[in-house]
Amino acid sequence: MIPLKGRELAFGYAFLAAGVVAIMLPFLYILATSFKYEIAIMQGRFVFEPTLYNYGNVLFGRRSNFVGNIQNSLIVAAVSTVLVLVIGTLAAYSLARLKWAAWISAAFLGWTVVFNTVPILTVVGPWYLMFQQIGLYNTLTALVLTHVAINLPMTVWLMMTFIRDVPPELEEAARVDGAGRAQAFRRVVLPLVVPGLIAAGVLAFVFSWNEFTVALNLTSRTTATVPVGIAQFAEQFEVQNGNMAAASVLSTIPALLLMIFGQRFVVQGLTMGAVK
Amino acid sequence: MSVPATDPAPVIRRRRERPADRWFRWGTLAPAVVVLVVLTAWPILNLLWMSLNTIEFSRAGASFTFTPVENFRRLAGDQLFRISLWVTLLFVIASVTIEMVLGFLLALVVSGVGRGKGLIRTLMILPILVPPVAIGSMWKLMYNYDFGILNQAAALVGLGPIGWLSNTSLALWSVVIVDVWHWTPLVFLILFAGVEGLPREVIEAARVDGATTGQIVRRIIIPLMAPAIAVAFVFRSILAFKVFDQIFLLTSGGPGTATEVVSLRLYHVFFKENDLGYGALLSVVVILCVVAFLASAGGLARRVGK
Repeated sequence: MIPLKGRELAFGYAFLAAGVVAIMLPFLYILATSFKYEIAIMQGRFVFEPTLYNYGNVLFGRRSNFVGNIQNSLIVAAVSTVLVLVIGTLAAYSLARLKWAAWISAAFLGWTVVFNTVPILTVVGPWYLMFQQIGLYNTLTALVLTHVAINLPMTVWLMMTFIRDVPPELEEAARVDGAGRAQAFRRVVLPLVVPGLIAAGVLAFVFSWNEFTVALNLTSRTTATVPVGIAQFAEQFEVQNGNMAAASVLSTIPALLLMIFGQRFVVQGLTMGAVK
Repeated sequence: MSVPATDPAPVIRRRRERPADRWFRWGTLAPAVVVLVVLTAWPILNLLWMSLNTIEFSRAGASFTFTPVENFRRLAGDQLFRISLWVTLLFVIASVTIEMVLGFLLALVVSGVGRGKGLIRTLMILPILVPPVAIGSMWKLMYNYDFGILNQAAALVGLGPIGWLSNTSLALWSVVIVDVWHWTPLVFLILFAGVEGLPREVIEAARVDGATTGQIVRRIIIPLMAPAIAVAFVFRSILAFKVFDQIFLLTSGGPGTATEVVSLRLYHVFFKENDLGYGALLSVVVILCVVAFLASAGGLARRVGK
């Protein structure tokens, strides 16, 4: 870090101010829009009488299924997060601490890298066929499974870095005292990686809540999630700007809660791989 | 309770795995392997077979007709796919370059100003966590031709309404701006962690020796941060290559093919033309490109690492 002085410091403050305004402006604009009647939106008024009309419409309107979308999203995000945490943490422990042949862990991790890099639409086609054939098309179960697959690579990588930070001596001590591998994992390692579990869980939940590509193509009206619901407001032949804005604002609530209460874990999770 | 120092048990245990431990070893990895095989490897293998067929849907389900020659002939003459690869390349280069520069500057400035770190970091998390679809909505409103705030601002300085999303030569830049807004924060977070970890004494010593800020950045900070910069660059390139949600909402690839990135092309072939066979062939090509990219990025990482 270089402490800035004089003209550089002034430039620094100006740059920061511009950055803060640039980040905030779209949020404030959509928030304001969500409280406007459609006519006020169309006229681009800055002074307007705030109304809850759009929120009422989105949540309780006859043509809107947004409450259902929220329920679907909560179910899918919660279940897929729990599953991916269990599966991913076990795998991370196995790869980080147990004696696997080098090629097995290389193949496992290499494949997760490839899968994580490929545009998700390349596999949505086969998923669509597969789920139709086994009768899971248009179910929340299918969505949960795909979200587990999508979030598994990130969970494994994150948990591996956290597990590697646990001193092996602690486990060895437990094992000398007669604990088996499983017991040492459950009693010694797991309690020490709780911050990692929170970080990975928070990110998995948010990414599942936000996920659009798969949900768009594997769901219909009854199983649609929040992002699909928002897209419907934006897609209909006449864009419903107010409803779209209100639904979008509602969809950011989990992110806002995390920003306020889970910031430390989020930053840790997002930068972990980069710093190590 | 004391364990005799000569207890040979740990040595034996290390050589031969206890059955319970072997079960545990396999049991911990097996669920993840099952998920990866069934939900990722199997679908990608399926793509290979699908890509040689024409797939049609009827009441009875999907029916496959083996048509490899037709599929490859269509691929050879597919202008739209080639354009989408080109648009994606432009999109990735433009957005990642801008994001790296802005993110790096921001990291230096926030660290150099020394105040408001917490506030900036909190704000910066928000765009990363918000649903991309909501971000698409925000910018759809801001870019609106008739009432969007950007055209209102343009009118203030005497410019006519600008077709942010409807002008063919501007639309790609408009979606790049959205991407920059969305992802510069992630670059910032990664690089900021790197800047904060720099050795203070080295920079202060250089300052005492009369180095300018520019010299310190070029000669000390950038070389020391090369690994973090490389990671941020690769991260962002991959994510930019996968972009779909916001562009789907903002332009759906239009006007014409101006913003039709690879993912949108795949979406159109798979789910608008319902051509799962040909879509699979395009997917195979995309996956091969990805593998080639990863191989070269891996080589680059090894060189930077050394």
